[in-house]
Amino acid sequence: MRVDLTVNGQTHALEIEPRMSLLDCLRERLLLTGAHAGCEHGVCGACTVLIDGAPARSCLIFAVQADGYAITTIEGVPPGPGELSPVQDAFCESHGMQCGYCTPAMILAAHALLAGNPTPTRAEIVEAISGNICRCTGYAQIVEAIALAAERLRGRNQPAAKP
Amino acid sequence: MSAVRPFRFVSSDRRVREDRRFVAGKGRFAADILLPGTRHVAVVTCPHPAARILHIDKTAALASRGVHYVLDGRELAAATAPLLAGLDTPKVPRRPLAVDVARYAGEWVAAVVADSRAVAEDAAELVEVDYEPLPFVLDGEEAYAAGSAVVHPEHGSNVLLDRTFVWGEVEKDFAQSPHHLSLRVKWGRSATVPIETFGVLATWDPWREIFDVFASVQMPRFPDQVALALRLPGSSVRVHNDVDVGGSYGVKRGIKHAVLVGYLSRRLGFPVRLVEDRLENMRGGDGHGPERNFAIEVAFDDAGVIRSMKMRALDNVGAYAGRSPFQLGKPIGAIVGPYRIKSVQYETIAVTTNKTVQEAVRAFGQSPTNYAIERAIDEVARHRGLDRLEVRRRNLIRADEFPYLIPSGTTYDSGDYHAVIEKVLGCADYRELIAERERLRAGGLLAGIGMAACLEPSGANSTFEPLLNPKNETTTYADSCRINVDVSGAVIATIHTLSAGQGHETLTATMIGEVLEIDPERIRVVRPDSLSSLPSQSPVGSRMAIMLDGAAFHAAQKLKARLVAIAAHNLGIPPERAAYDGGDVFDRTLPQRRRSFGELATIAHRQFHRLPPGTEPGLAFAHIMQVPTGGQLPTADGRVQMYPCFAFEFHLVLMTIDSDLGKPTIRRYVVGHDCGTVINPKIVRGMTMGGIAHGIGAALYEEFAYNTDGQLVAQSFMDYLLPSAQEVPPVEIVDHVTPSPHTVLGQKGSGESGYLGAPAAVASAINDALQPLGIAVNSLPIKIAQLGDLIASANPHPNPPPQAGEGRAGAFRSQRGE
Repeated sequence: MRVDLTVNGQTHALEIEPRMSLLDCLRERLLLTGAHAGCEHGVCGACTVLIDGAPARSCLIFAVQADGYAITTIEGVPPGPGELSPVQDAFCESHGMQCGYCTPAMILAAHALLAGNPTPTRAEIVEAISGNICRCTGYAQIVEAIALAAERLRGRNQPAAKP
Repeated sequence: MSAVRPFRFVSSDRRVREDRRFVAGKGRFAADILLPGTRHVAVVTCPHPAARILHIDKTAALASRGVHYVLDGRELAAATAPLLAGLDTPKVPRRPLAVDVARYAGEWVAAVVADSRAVAEDAAELVEVDYEPLPFVLDGEEAYAAGSAVVHPEHGSNVLLDRTFVWGEVEKDFAQSPHHLSLRVKWGRSATVPIETFGVLATWDPWREIFDVFASVQMPRFPDQVALALRLPGSSVRVHNDVDVGGSYGVKRGIKHAVLVGYLSRRLGFPVRLVEDRLENMRGGDGHGPERNFAIEVAFDDAGVIRSMKMRALDNVGAYAGRSPFQLGKPIGAIVGPYRIKSVQYETIAVTTNKTVQEAVRAFGQSPTNYAIERAIDEVARHRGLDRLEVRRRNLIRADEFPYLIPSGTTYDSGDYHAVIEKVLGCADYRELIAERERLRAGGLLAGIGMAACLEPSGANSTFEPLLNPKNETTTYADSCRINVDVSGAVIATIHTLSAGQGHETLTATMIGEVLEIDPERIRVVRPDSLSSLPSQSPVGSRMAIMLDGAAFHAAQKLKARLVAIAAHNLGIPPERAAYDGGDVFDRTLPQRRRSFGELATIAHRQFHRLPPGTEPGLAFAHIMQVPTGGQLPTADGRVQMYPCFAFEFHLVLMTIDSDLGKPTIRRYVVGHDCGTVINPKIVRGMTMGGIAHGIGAALYEEFAYNTDGQLVAQSFMDYLLPSAQEVPPVEIVDHVTPSPHTVLGQKGSGESGYLGAPAAVASAINDALQPLGIAVNSLPIKIAQLGDLIASANPHPNPPPQAGEGRAGAFRSQRGE
């Protein structure tokens, strides 16, 4: 079946089996391997991508259903090669990960949160990532990373605060 | 920690270099690796807990479009050797695919190879297997008892290990103690369940006669074991260490997976990959953790000082055994926990049952044992009507008693347990915490304070192997590092294992930078494949801060000494007059006379005439590190030093339970942690936080539950509940540093921190909350439904709530596990 998938601003015309999940399509056909399979039944969130800006489980969506939507994967987040978005940089600053397997999904969930809520409370951050399981960190440094990213994003285009 | 930092880079809050690739989605995980022509495996699993395999009909599967092969257990067994077992149990052979008899529901019976994973899964459903169901046993105690169904009849019984150790005058100490108490506790079957399932890709090159293996693995001797099973020389198995592992925490062993795809790729002539789906992972991935029944008896005096302990631990290891029974051995190295218990009797029993195979899980059996010891301490306090904290203080080893020899032959290196506890009490404001508990109780909630004091052994020499298997003489578990400085002065270090998020590249660069006095960012860290590697054991048992960084330290010292020697020669001074300074070397008497690092690298690589006589060109240094306390075989009565270093942690938790729903809530969590010198604070903090989250899971949510038909009922994340960010509370960590005398910078391992005490602390808080009702829970996990039922049955009149219950201890009754 033919499908036009718009991923990270680029449209790909693909011939795929209707039963192929969006996750498999991204990973196997477009070689965007930053989205990961964890449970493949919609619980762990490791496969999270943004669809029209909202976090979604790419393991629970057929690729053919995603035709016409704007899909963002982790590969679409860095401003340039070797450069990090403020959220990605905050995750590095707080060490909001260990093995890195759930990390791309966490970062996309954080981007979605901060796009709509520049001043999230701890409870709102927790809520935003509660659909993403991390087995390494116990979440503390992830929550801190998102709070730090929010702070830095709020401070953009302003004179840098003196240390 | 003191404000004065003795280090340049060590203990500084530096970034973790691995993080950059992960935040960009550029980790290189096993499932990201695909070679041209790779075919995919799906497995056919046995639906019965025990069954004879009468016939396998592959016709329909093989007729499917895109299917290349269906492999059964007989063919694979004829071509491969059984997988290595830890104990001397030759009649309990373990193979990737069942041969004639399957021994647990979900065991792999056949493997289908197809063009895609989807086609392989479809075809797996077309493989028709005729089974004759056999009697089965699920419960460990039942399996141990006479008359049980036997999982491996050729072995004669279900007992793999049954040995009683006696260290010290146990009977005498019991006879002389005025008080005894006994209790039974149970640690339920859970595991660390990484979000990445196990994945492996193997390809056989018949022209070079080399297997290339890309696997998501954390397994000592992995290349060696794959080679043994495939009956190949070790030089024919090349495991790629530059694969990122998406979490492991002990369980990613993967020998059976690798042997299966290895055989298939050689048989079929193309690369073959198996990436487990979640069901394969949870049912047949052989990654369940300990399921352990404890019976503990302690003898103590009026003051609650424990003189002696008898512990029986029976572990249900599932249908086969790899290294898992050794998880009963590790706790011998810390069998008295942080306490001054003079004598111990320890009975270790490992039994097979028709459940999924147990493998190593974070802390390798120490966390269940810590839970059992801490339950006993709480009970001693209750028995004597004493404060639980005071009983711990009275029993703890004092700072001036280190090095401290425990009855089982291990000497603890260092610690200041009382100081850590005081720090935690100060941070938590313990009096206020108690007042808060009383306020919560007065408000109608069940509220309790939990505590746990426990040790984290780290850096093993693996002598638990000879301890439990006399035919095994393992006394070393080396690790290694090699440093090469190229002609341009670039520093490249190697590590020889995979990592699963522990930040080893950062740790290695930090240590080498510290020794060489150069920015760690200038040091490239790479991972050669297993054929290009020096000895390494994979990052098990919290060893890498001690062993990998120890090796890195010594290799860097060798490099430094060579730089000094070359410079002294060129300055025409004796080496002792030469001083090292950030890579440069100068004459102490005339500091302006110096040779720069770049110059020394050029001399070493290009100017043989300027090298001291007899010096090899280049600047390449390796160090293979023995465990700092050496390696001796155990004594006949089982005394042994397995671990060199012992970190300490003290957990303090305030919890409430909704008495109608049974829902527990953690209101405050403070932990004190002393793992000696911290190399990277971000990493250690993350380990501790993550360990606590695992511990909360093991205490409250996670269980591989089986029904009476022998089916695993928790086989998805809908049934096996993982703590989310909602369930893991904020945790305050209080650091303390008691350096280890055995390690290069005083560091101790911390990879299992948090997990070692969190389950005990959470259980302690729940039991404190339940004490007014006169009930206690002695089995983990303590699930919401179970807790709700228990409270309802103990408390027929929930309104108004029962008031303060310290005086109701007489009504205490113990709930036996299951």
